[in-house]
Amino acid sequence: MPLLEVKNIEKRFGGLKAISNLSFTVEENVVFSIIGPNGAGKTTLFNVLTNIYKPTSGSIFFRGTEITNLPPFRIARLGVSRTFQNLQVFLNMNTLENVMVGCHLRSKSGLIASALRLPSVIREEKQVRAMALEALEFCGLDEFANRPASSLPYGILKKLEIARSLAAKPKLLLMDEPAAGLNDTETAELCQLIKRIRDSGITVVLVEHNMSLVMEISQEVLVLNYGQLLAQGPPGEIQKNPEVIAAYLGEE
Amino acid sequence: MKRLSGFLLFAALCAALPILFPDNYYVTVVGLTVFINIILAVSLNLLMGYAGQISLGHAAFFGLGAYSSAILTIRYGLNPWLAMLAGAAMVMALSYILSRPILRLKGHYLAMATLGLGIIVHIFFVQADELTGGPDGISGLPVLSIMGLPIDSDIRWYWVLCSFMLLTVLFSLNIADSRAGRALSAVHGSEIAAQMMGIDTAKVKSHIFVFSALIASVAGSLFAHQQDFVSPESFSFFFSIELVTMVVLGGLGSTFGAVIGAFILSILPEVLIVFEDFEVLIFGAILMVIMIFLPEGLFVALKNRVIHFMRRSQGGA
Amino acid sequence: MDQLLQFLISGLTVGSIYALVALGFSIIYNASDVVNFAQGEFVMIGAMSAIFMLKAGISYPLAAFLAIVITAGVGLALDKFAIEPAKNATVVSTIIITIGASIFLRGAALLIWGKEIYGLPPFTNNDPIRIGNATILPQNLWVMLGTAVTVFAVKYFFDHTRMGKAILACSFNKKAAYLVGINVKRMLLISYGLSAALGAMAGLLVTPITFMSYNAGVMLGLKGFCAAILGGMGNSMGAVLGGVLLGIVETVGAGFISSGYKDAIAFLVIMLVLFIKPSGLLGKGEAERV
Repeated sequence: MPLLEVKNIEKRFGGLKAISNLSFTVEENVVFSIIGPNGAGKTTLFNVLTNIYKPTSGSIFFRGTEITNLPPFRIARLGVSRTFQNLQVFLNMNTLENVMVGCHLRSKSGLIASALRLPSVIREEKQVRAMALEALEFCGLDEFANRPASSLPYGILKKLEIARSLAAKPKLLLMDEPAAGLNDTETAELCQLIKRIRDSGITVVLVEHNMSLVMEISQEVLVLNYGQLLAQGPPGEIQKNPEVIAAYLGEE
Repeated sequence: MKRLSGFLLFAALCAALPILFPDNYYVTVVGLTVFINIILAVSLNLLMGYAGQISLGHAAFFGLGAYSSAILTIRYGLNPWLAMLAGAAMVMALSYILSRPILRLKGHYLAMATLGLGIIVHIFFVQADELTGGPDGISGLPVLSIMGLPIDSDIRWYWVLCSFMLLTVLFSLNIADSRAGRALSAVHGSEIAAQMMGIDTAKVKSHIFVFSALIASVAGSLFAHQQDFVSPESFSFFFSIELVTMVVLGGLGSTFGAVIGAFILSILPEVLIVFEDFEVLIFGAILMVIMIFLPEGLFVALKNRVIHFMRRSQGGA
Repeated sequence: MDQLLQFLISGLTVGSIYALVALGFSIIYNASDVVNFAQGEFVMIGAMSAIFMLKAGISYPLAAFLAIVITAGVGLALDKFAIEPAKNATVVSTIIITIGASIFLRGAALLIWGKEIYGLPPFTNNDPIRIGNATILPQNLWVMLGTAVTVFAVKYFFDHTRMGKAILACSFNKKAAYLVGINVKRMLLISYGLSAALGAMAGLLVTPITFMSYNAGVMLGLKGFCAAILGGMGNSMGAVLGGVLLGIVETVGAGFISSGYKDAIAFLVIMLVLFIKPSGLLGKGEAERV
């Protein structure tokens, strides 16, 4: 059974077709990249996959369960997490707290128990703190743990989003342009980080413009153009595909 | 116990005041109003400061609690504690039913809906005179007693309200530092990201709305017994606005900010009384000036400056 | 049926006033993203200053004109001294600032004019006119006419004058407006002045029917906010429509149910509308971009 199965997805905004008749599957334990010129519908696809936008038609399955119409938090509960192109860091918290929110699904204290600070809450707080620190270390952010998120530079915030998602221990991580705005050193670090994420058993679906990064770490690449599937295959094949070259040359 | 050192200091201060100044008007009379306002501001801050959901109708739940106690004890002869409980249950049910449609709204629309709620409830207090006594209100509530001890003097009320106030503050501090509190802050920070972390944002918002309404309702019941009188005036739109002002004045999202804000806004009219006709004018001016120059709130601004100063002096040493 | 007609007449009159207040609301909201809780005080200041100038022996038309000028001045001062210095404030902070301003203005009115209730004479001879079994006062007609003329003038201003278009440009995108050489600060200032003048106009029109006192602006301001929301926040003509609708619904509702609940009906309607369509009648739903 594939991890993620997308069947005949279509998304329209008024008369505009952002995605049309798109089907693909993602197998477990790979880095699956989605590329395409600007406006090809990549971020829209992520928003449809997580049901932030409702698809106009089509269906999506995650580990055999249909998730097409589930609210985002239910999709997250099944083991899907994501990062955002326009950062969605909780700027009203510090770094550690951001990642502790990521542990929400792995803990369970409710409002009343928290207000009373029952012994179970105190115990769980310790565990959550440890889990969050582990995720921070994994991403190399431990030194920033107690810094307010609003004081951190862009590159760190991007990593923080990844750490927050990892803290949820997802099966599938959707990353929306993680390399955008990063310098070469940071991109190289990111490349290593994504590999380690995959090695830890998390499947990564990546939307990215940085071609060398995509070609280096992906097992499978899907090319979108005007919301349609243009090509799909291993990176080597995609690089030679004349239609893909035309689409990119046509644009630039 | 470092986490609660601020709280313990505050509790000690509250306990020391009536012992140091036993018959002081400001302690035993104004103090009671201050406590009620702190309870309300802290409960409103749970919703506004933590979860980022503005409410211009918090006085409605305070009023519903107060009127439930007055009506059920006087007209139906119910035991005061049972009446308080019944009022709280009713407010919880009402706030739960309203929470989903209201909290789906954002920004100015949310402000409008909560404002509407407050005004409708207030008009109900004024108009349903067979039940509520209309504009004149209801007086003559039975004395509340705790384990046979009647709460019938200012100083006894001081201890009762002080305890409930400290409990509310403690709850609020505990929540801030917990999974539930982080979920609220996440909703405040980015609702979409909160959802992607598995947080059922609608449920989280609804729960905190009900919780804060519940605290306001109990505060209302205590207020009704303490005043021995309820009338619509205490629960108007203006009071809701005053509560929001307390929270913002002290600093949104900070429990002690709400405490300080409530304290200042309760004391201010007492101080401004000497200005007689200028009272309203000066009150408005103070509000504007603080918000223009310290938009993050008095307490939070002060705290940030202290932290900043300490960092700098540590760095220099 | 006759009763309904009568209610419609009063509803349309009240609704016209709400429309003007809501239009003022919407102009300020468009220009600066601020919900101005002091909007009702503009209505009060316009009416009260006219009343006292009339008492001082100034002729009615001149008093009315000066009242509008004075109120516009208050609007300018509000922007200059309260909104402009706080330009990085959050939505909640600006709400508190305008609430502070409304309390301040009420306090000032209390000092200057006291607590008494005043009225203005009707604009012209006020013998009721019969329409079937319903009656209409000439002042009601003045309210409707005055509102209609004002609304069209405002619409003309925004659609056809250079300055009006410049203000609109600011409301769409301040940075872009600044880059094409529009003096954004001045446009905001003018919006506040214009909005205050509209409030004063509403005050002048309504006071011969309802009376005025230092705190009578509050409810009018809130109703204006209601109407603006009903029409879809930021949509000026929507605000006008919202005002008229709110006035009619409220009057008809109060007439058939209970006049004591008149204000409750207005707010109940607005809540129901929000529950069903959170972006108002004419507002567009906004999609979040992530």
